[in-house]
Amino acid sequence: MDKLDAPALRSRIETFAQAQAIGRWDLGAASSNDSSVQVDRGEAKQMKAAQRSSITVRVWNGEGLVGITSTSDLSDRGLQKALAGAQDASAFGNPDDCPAFSPLATAPLQVLEQPLHEPRGILELLTSLKDAERQLLDRHPALTTVPYNGLAERSSERIYLNSEGACRQQQLTTASVYLYARAEQAGRKPRSAGAVRLAYGASDLDIAGCVGEAAERTIAHLDYAPIPTGHYTCVFSPEAFLDLIGAFSSLFNARAVLDGVSLSSRNSLGQSLAVPFLSIADNGLHPGNIGASNFDGEGTPTRRLSLVEGGVLQNFLHSEATARAFGVAPTGHAGLGAKVSVGPDWFEIGATPGATGATLGLDRLAASRQGGPGLVLIDSLSALHAGVKASQGSFSLPFDGWLLKGGEARSIEAATVAGDIRSLLNAIVGFEGEAKVTPDGLCPHVWVEGLSITGEA
Amino acid sequence: MVVTLSPSSASPSGLADHFDQAWRSPLESLLGLGSAAGADLVEVFLERTDHLGVLAEQERITSVSPAFGTGAGIRVFRGERDGFVSTNDLSEAGLRRALEQALGMLGLAAPSLANPAPSGFNGLATLRDFGASKAPWLGACPSLAEATTRLLEGTDQLERQGAHLQARRGSYARDWQEVLVAASDGTFARDIRLHQSLGLTVLAADGEHRASAGRRYGSSGRPEHLAQWDVEASAQEVCSSAGTMLYSDYVEACQVPVVLANRFGGVIFHEACGHLLETTQVERGTTPFADQVGELIAHEAVTAIDEGLSDGAFGSLSMDDEGMEPQRTVLIENGVLRRFLSDRAGERRTGHERTGSGRRQSHAFAAASRMRNTYIAAGPHSPAELIASVEKGLYCKAMGGGSVGPTGQFNFAVEEGYLIEDGQLTKPVKGATLIGEAKEVMPRISMCANDLELAAGFCGSVSGSIFVTVGQPHIKVDSITVGGR
Repeated sequence: MDKLDAPALRSRIETFAQAQAIGRWDLGAASSNDSSVQVDRGEAKQMKAAQRSSITVRVWNGEGLVGITSTSDLSDRGLQKALAGAQDASAFGNPDDCPAFSPLATAPLQVLEQPLHEPRGILELLTSLKDAERQLLDRHPALTTVPYNGLAERSSERIYLNSEGACRQQQLTTASVYLYARAEQAGRKPRSAGAVRLAYGASDLDIAGCVGEAAERTIAHLDYAPIPTGHYTCVFSPEAFLDLIGAFSSLFNARAVLDGVSLSSRNSLGQSLAVPFLSIADNGLHPGNIGASNFDGEGTPTRRLSLVEGGVLQNFLHSEATARAFGVAPTGHAGLGAKVSVGPDWFEIGATPGATGATLGLDRLAASRQGGPGLVLIDSLSALHAGVKASQGSFSLPFDGWLLKGGEARSIEAATVAGDIRSLLNAIVGFEGEAKVTPDGLCPHVWVEGLSITGEA
Repeated sequence: MVVTLSPSSASPSGLADHFDQAWRSPLESLLGLGSAAGADLVEVFLERTDHLGVLAEQERITSVSPAFGTGAGIRVFRGERDGFVSTNDLSEAGLRRALEQALGMLGLAAPSLANPAPSGFNGLATLRDFGASKAPWLGACPSLAEATTRLLEGTDQLERQGAHLQARRGSYARDWQEVLVAASDGTFARDIRLHQSLGLTVLAADGEHRASAGRRYGSSGRPEHLAQWDVEASAQEVCSSAGTMLYSDYVEACQVPVVLANRFGGVIFHEACGHLLETTQVERGTTPFADQVGELIAHEAVTAIDEGLSDGAFGSLSMDDEGMEPQRTVLIENGVLRRFLSDRAGERRTGHERTGSGRRQSHAFAAASRMRNTYIAAGPHSPAELIASVEKGLYCKAMGGGSVGPTGQFNFAVEEGYLIEDGQLTKPVKGATLIGEAKEVMPRISMCANDLELAAGFCGSVSGSIFVTVGQPHIKVDSITVGGR
């Protein structure tokens, strides 16, 4: 992989900044090489590769206001133009919310176990994916195509530098495979489901596991039936619950709190948010987080942060600027910008150690649901970008799942689940099974009472 | 290898500064190499971009985000297969490296420059320069100072016209793009594109009641767009919507007739049906309409069109990203499926003739068949007639986003809805979601009104996020599932 030369980049930026009378600056630079393949019934459909490089520079003007510019042109002229653009933009910097260097931009970083893999090459990826597609289609006669599939590998590098000498650098290789199969039976609607796997290299990908899961999930949906509209107790799969919490992560986001678009406020810390046995932490350093970074866009070290403990809101995710506004330390969740974005890394969700109630609800439900309307297992949610109103707390989302009734599980034809996130967090009745590591976090199955389900008539 | 990010690695010849005839020779060399290697077709897409994003919140400008860049996408076809490589490196060496990588994907190798093999490539045609008259556009766009002033007028108008507003935002984006397309079939074309969009959003809160509303206004090829923006009317529309929805009740789940308002109501046709009429879906086998050209797939009241020609519309373009002029494509005529939208790959793989619909977000994406300005044509009725025809149903005045699953099921949020009772609009309701399948819903669009209007939007799909227009008159769907509480 081509390697970014941080000292040379610093030297060039320092020269250009000095020429433009810019005394204070920082930057984020990234480069990557990607290769990916898609197949269609045994043939290569598309093979792609990309070499990308980009840089974002921030400068502080004489009044202490910040401006920013991004470019993919890393020539001398491009860098000079970017610095000039950032200088121009700084005239419109926000004096009420001016970012500074993170006080932790030179703090020690945790070393991550991220083995670097040599790329296998696109033709090997193609062979592997064709094989995976064939194996998947061979699993069941109703599996006709795998319309959405891909096998990709990536090597990337990113740098954070600032004019006070901070220098962060990370190299990473990752690989991914996804297989979404389509099943069709005469006189029935087509059904679709899939699976994804991530690893640090294509040779480490669990392709067999991905094939198996995609086949199992798609086949399981073949025997479907409509679900009557009503209120149900629902069991969220780890992936579905993590998706939902991720979509409402503005609850924990200090930037959103300061902007007035979060359901939380400054006074929410220490207040009850959920049932007293729920814990949520953000832990980008978890070994299950493939592609983890040990520093954020401002150079702050990534760390584990408790967000909810015993149902009580404990902390917000912060950038340098929001942390300063709250009088706390940055938490390592920032991007890089004139207005710095804040976001979660990787959630850990489960029962609060020592708290009771996480299983009591399940026992009560198990006793009471004999002969009831059944239990809805929500396997995966979709359309989160459209069906979640984070600032209002409401959601209405289509899902794939099963109705569990009378000892049988039947795939649900088409349905949406709707509710309010705060009500949902207080309607959790328990967790089931071991927490599962997924691409978005760690979570067990989560039982929630009284959610509204609309079935398609 | 260590990349020192020196000037020599980016644009040694200075060609990246402007796309013109000077590129003919290096591009012909590249295309000749690819053809000599055995490719059926080689296409090079070069791009320069200049972006400005501005965000105003309450009384402050909180973000100014300029960005600029260059890049190339090289695509090689052999039979129905293709290889695609993108790079930020526009040097001759960088482009050759990308070509060789793309050829290698198909098991081809470029001959050496010292020993060139014969090629079927006959050189590029005369440059078709759609951008020649557009050179002044970027300079004619509003300055940063003008843009920030207009946005602050917007958030000020929101404050004046709204109530219980907890957050007020105005956003402006200006995307300028210069492209040069060259292909081994002789295609040689240049264009300049300018897209501007404005958005106003509010969050209203009063105790436990919350409502958000937003509108986006977009144009193409109109540097004066921001100056001509009717700030007051936009703010009034947004505040009215948020104010109406703030205290509204959640809708109950039901199966009822629905009347969808014009303009952005067209997002449902775009998502639920339009995507299924792209050849990318035919290639994947994911459209139920693949073999139904000439057959009735919708109610006879429905005629649907996709075109890239409407003056100033967000999805309009002088040429597509494969160098072809856009067409007016009648997709559905009186309910009968007429055409699919097709690009180079679609034509090769499905046989559907190209329609000038090859589009991509940037050089980093291979072009794919995508929509441009897509709308249902006007019908004979007045909007009031549609509402009057419904005894009990839902009026969807403003639609939010939505999605379509791989088996054609769609799901759309209703941002502003009203119950229809005995042919009259009654109380506002929130939380409604429209759920269905295109194949089942299209035959249920039984009435189209006479008030066709278009609305700007962004469409994300296989070739990235692109500028599009959706549109329709008021339409009535006889029965649809409404998700609620």
